[in-house]
Amino acid sequence: MDVLQTLDAIWSARVPILHGLGNTILISLLSIVMGTILGVVVGLLLTYGNWFVRLIVRLYSDFLRGTPVFVLILACFYILSVVGIQLTAFQAGVFALTLFCSSHVGEIVRGSLQAIPAGQTEAAKSIGLTFFGTFFSVLLPQALRMILPTWVNTATEIVKASTLLSIIGVVELLLSVQQVISRTYLSLELYFFAGFVFFLVNFTIEKVGRFVERKVALPT
Amino acid sequence: MTVPVLEIRNLHKRFGSVEVLKGIDLTMQKSDVVSLIGASGSGKTTLLRCVNLLEDYEEGVVAVAGEQIGYVERNGKRVRLREREIARQRAMTGMAFQQFNLFPHMSAIRNVMLGLVKTRKMSKDEAYATAESWLERVGMADRKDHYPGQLSGGQQQRVAIARAIAMNPQLMLFDEVTSALDPELVGEVLSVIKGLAADGMTMLLVTHEMQFAHDVSNKVVFMQDGRIAEEGSPDQLFYHPKSERLAAFLKNSKF
Ligand SMILES: Nc1ncnc2c1ncn2[C@@H]1O[C@H](COP(=O)(O)OP(=O)(O)OP(=O)(O)O)[C@@H](O)[C@H]1O
Ligand SMILES: [Mg+2]
Repeated sequence: MDVLQTLDAIWSARVPILHGLGNTILISLLSIVMGTILGVVVGLLLTYGNWFVRLIVRLYSDFLRGTPVFVLILACFYILSVVGIQLTAFQAGVFALTLFCSSHVGEIVRGSLQAIPAGQTEAAKSIGLTFFGTFFSVLLPQALRMILPTWVNTATEIVKASTLLSIIGVVELLLSVQQVISRTYLSLELYFFAGFVFFLVNFTIEKVGRFVERKVALPT
Repeated sequence: MTVPVLEIRNLHKRFGSVEVLKGIDLTMQKSDVVSLIGASGSGKTTLLRCVNLLEDYEEGVVAVAGEQIGYVERNGKRVRLREREIARQRAMTGMAFQQFNLFPHMSAIRNVMLGLVKTRKMSKDEAYATAESWLERVGMADRKDHYPGQLSGGQQQRVAIARAIAMNPQLMLFDEVTSALDPELVGEVLSVIKGLAADGMTMLLVTHEMQFAHDVSNKVVFMQDGRIAEEGSPDQLFYHPKSERLAAFLKNSKF
């Protein structure tokens, strides 16, 4: 392994690699933010919907969680264009990851809402809070604290899954590095490098997550 | 005659096929303090929960200050009110729970302020001042910035009572508010309730503290199998029970 040669190859390809990293971050960020918003809605419907709504949303969630992300991405890219929805590879990939993220966030939101004792809702009702007042002032702040560790975990899974977008031609970090490999044949070194960058991204997410967790922890 | 603070007529409540309340009648005037006593499962909690519609009821009328709670008669049909109306009605009564149910993510004063801001639409400053004076009243002013997790059971319950009473309800409901407390913490909570009674608060309470029920109430109601089996003045019920069942119950309660 020639360290200097590797560093040189990385340095001379810094622009496309940084571009790839930027794409990875953008894909992950978009999917996590949209997936979380959609996931909160999924969690709410799973918790408070009538039996019909719950059945539909349960099918949605189970289906998405039971399908490999790989297949989901291919489906969003190819099937949607067959039915006339034209998405770019980037859009289709983000869409697939958003759906995937929403199903996982939906489950953890449902779980946390159900873990909050019924007495919390009853106390909120007894001081005249409506459903929305109860949800936003009493349930959501408690649920968010509960789901934070699992949610951070989901976020890192999305970052890892974003590499799968390379199969539909989105030049994210992994594909940008692969393009350097195809020119330089430094496969071992550069895959190691790519792995290390992904590790750094997820390490940062986890550190930030821990920090927020400590910030919002309740004093005892 | 003035409108009663609470009027319950022929109240029936079922859980599935099991009838838990089998026709309850109870009227309370302003400043009345009524204690509900009775064996476990006799329906005391359920009765309290019907009054602020934490439970729906199938038949009969619950009226607070002359207004039927939860339902209206429309063309001879009984229709449940809208969520927003029910929320408004719930705020007419305050409730203190056995498990306190303070909001764990809010300091004591924010617990008390929440309903004042959201339901009573007070400004933050006004709510803060109101909440502070009620915390003062229950002896918790010095802990107003503490979170529930930092308070003892007795302290939590006093904050919970302040949270309910700060809403200025017409009627206060207490469901075994000392049952989850260590014995040495019971007194501080009971003395808060006695103070409220002395101020003329109208209160309906479920309790297993017989001496307390005797001292604080002007009427005691003995429930049995979803019915009111006996009611009257504290002296009459505790010292001259008419039924065998009440006498046996009192004996078991070590009164
Ligand atoms: N949510 C519910 N679903 C089904 N049955 C219920 C429910 N809540 C209460 N019950 C039943 O209703 C009856 C009355 O219960 P309730 O809690 O009102 O009694 P209680 O007098 O408060 O008893 P305790 O002294 O133990 O608190 C009991 O038989 C109980 O099992
Ligand atoms: Mg009870």
